[in-house]
Amino acid sequence: MSLSLAKIPFGQPKPKIARHYIDRGIEETGAVNVVTSVVVSYRGFDTLGEVTVLFVAATGLGAVLRIAKTKAAAIEPASFVLRTGCRVLFPLILVFGSYVLIHGHLTPGGGFQGGAIVASAFVLIYLGCREKRINDKTSTVLESLGGVTFVVVGLIGLAVGGYFLLNFMPKGQPYSLLSAGVIPVIYIAIGFKVGSELTGIIDNLIEESK
Amino acid sequence: MSVLHNYAYYAGAFGLIFIGLYVILTKHNLIKVIIGLGILETGVNLFLICVGYTRNGTAPIFSRAGLDAELMVDPVPQALVLTAIVIGVAVLALALSLAIRLYHHYGTLNLREIREQKW
Repeated sequence: MSLSLAKIPFGQPKPKIARHYIDRGIEETGAVNVVTSVVVSYRGFDTLGEVTVLFVAATGLGAVLRIAKTKAAAIEPASFVLRTGCRVLFPLILVFGSYVLIHGHLTPGGGFQGGAIVASAFVLIYLGCREKRINDKTSTVLESLGGVTFVVVGLIGLAVGGYFLLNFMPKGQPYSLLSAGVIPVIYIAIGFKVGSELTGIIDNLIEESK
Repeated sequence: MSVLHNYAYYAGAFGLIFIGLYVILTKHNLIKVIIGLGILETGVNLFLICVGYTRNGTAPIFSRAGLDAELMVDPVPQALVLTAIVIGVAVLALALSLAIRLYHHYGTLNLREIREQKW
């Protein structure tokens, strides 16, 4: 039993591809965070597909729930403590989310994580100030802007250098905020998209439960 | 014992996968089935992260000077799991919305009762 267990590889040396990403990642993409360089640069096209899946799921959720719209019941207002706490925390969480979103190529984080944090700030607003609603149009515009930026940046790479999502901007000095070329641009676009999509999902679910 | 200790991560991952599978197969409440789906997904993500583990490894981020590239964990499964988590959220949201629709239609979330009812 233990012999056969010992044959299962665990903590083994990395395969060649991982070695390449870690050893050459900084000079090839300019991003200090290797995971970010894999997600946005080496496998950026894959990420575009993933963002599309999230978009389709959010749209599908809206379509499924729109048919079942029920009459809105009276909402009970939140308590004073909850309301004030949410108002104080909302800008702080928003700032933290933007920080995670902008520094995706330098520190742990990026568009998906930052977008989720931004969406959690809006969940807090839904909890605390129950009569408040996000503007549907604004979130749709932000979402579309994120998606369009991603595709346009990819297409510019195609036009300039011959392949999709080419890192055509100067890579700059690693470890600084303005580095890694198009990676922060794409990740910020993803952050806007993910944040507005998750907020839209929660908005749909809350509207349904009223 | 040390061998078992080394594979605690794998054991945890497969434990979560089997717990999730058990919940999905045996529970009759649709919400519980969706929770099982979430547990199963966590197990799969944990398994993928385990595959890329390096002994005494650090995150694959050159956040400060002097980090040993040899000791960094494999970034590819991490990027994959990042994708999987986001897809998982999307699947969870869609499943919940379908559960809401089913509840409106049948007035119950019990899968047995739903099966017995006529359309």
